[in-house]
Amino acid sequence: MELIKDGKRLDGRKPDELRPIKIEAGPLHRADGSCYLEWGGNKIIAAVYGPKEAIPRHIQNPTRAVINAKYNMASFSVGDRKRPGPDRRSREISKITSEALENVILTEMFPRAMIDVNIEVLDADAGTRCAGITAAAVALADAGIPMEDIPVACAAGKVGDTVVLDLMGEEDQEGQADVPLAIAPRTENILLLQMDGHLTVEEFDRALELAMNGCQQIATMQREALMKKYQSFEED
Amino acid sequence: MQVGTTEQHKQGRGTFREGDKIFANRLGILEERSGFVNVISLSGVYDPVQGDTVIGVIEDVSKMSWLVDINAPYPALLRVDEVPWRVEYGETAKYLNIGAVVVVNVAFINEARNIEVSMKGNHCKKVEEGIIVDIQPSKVPRVIGKNGSMVSLLREHTGCWIFVGQNGRVWIKGDDDKMSLLVEAIHKIEREAHTPGLTSKIEAFLKGERD
Repeated sequence: MELIKDGKRLDGRKPDELRPIKIEAGPLHRADGSCYLEWGGNKIIAAVYGPKEAIPRHIQNPTRAVINAKYNMASFSVGDRKRPGPDRRSREISKITSEALENVILTEMFPRAMIDVNIEVLDADAGTRCAGITAAAVALADAGIPMEDIPVACAAGKVGDTVVLDLMGEEDQEGQADVPLAIAPRTENILLLQMDGHLTVEEFDRALELAMNGCQQIATMQREALMKKYQSFEED
Repeated sequence: MQVGTTEQHKQGRGTFREGDKIFANRLGILEERSGFVNVISLSGVYDPVQGDTVIGVIEDVSKMSWLVDINAPYPALLRVDEVPWRVEYGETAKYLNIGAVVVVNVAFINEARNIEVSMKGNHCKKVEEGIIVDIQPSKVPRVIGKNGSMVSLLREHTGCWIFVGQNGRVWIKGDDDKMSLLVEAIHKIEREAHTPGLTSKIEAFLKGERD
């Protein structure tokens, strides 16, 4: 399959263009904080509960809070039905998401507590781990959890020998490399960086640059979504 | 987001410092008061402070103490010598059983967030009638209002008795129809806490319902 034709991708995007993104803060009323995110073909809902007392007690840390992220794909989120329940991939993503978020949340303010972050993928179209972290970040901010920054994630990769930003489903399957990146946008500190596939050093640098730029664009949208939740009343 | 510098401001609540810059650590409303820069949270759990008067629910009973859920991330301990009754060893459940609601003072809190509460305070008592309304703890200052103006307004227009715990639980008692109006008004305050001119909006709401 020809993934890049006349400098345009399958869906007509330029190599450095993001898919359309829609972020809504606080759609769930029972959760302490929540976010609904549509990113291209991805549909993700994130909910945050806590800080609350960590249970079972042996997981408590006397000096800081434990972040317990849970990434889950709905059985109907992919083409062939996914067997429900945790698998190797979702456990990996839960772990890296917890670790990425741990580095921005001021966990030392809540010793012995835990913060639950639930990420549900309703519809998947490549880049769900980045979308999951981005949605979780908005949900955390919505829950009023103290953080150094609102983390944001975005992927870059290589398809048809071109380094591109934000891979879609076909590009992810047929492409040559995928580099998911999560950062704290203010300091540009890296919270997560993975690579699947092969890239030269120059290509990797280009991918990192593209992903950084993508993250900064999404960070603006996250802030706008949070502001919008509170603006609606002011207009009344 | 940067909210100030150490040259111009002192670091207040809801902020953290990096070098000489002060940043907000949560989503909230920026406030500058007597040289401090504060970020007032729009959501979040109750962060207990010593001296707060809160409304708790008994969640566990042991021989010499109770565990009280005060809506914080951690339960608080209520010892038998901190209640207004003389409780014999093992008779704790006779006085306060699981599910009982009490008004207590936060007496002690340390770095590990071990909390102890006491019933030896001004307003402290067992709640025996009325209803408890849950609101977000961050909205409590708006329900109270400046110098208690909002509470007085609610009291005046509904004739109900109101007590606002710092942990986001509001105890009200009065006539049933008045209480339902009051609950609606409290939730309206909670929803619109960040908007200006709230007192007049609530006054109009209470008057509108009564006509």
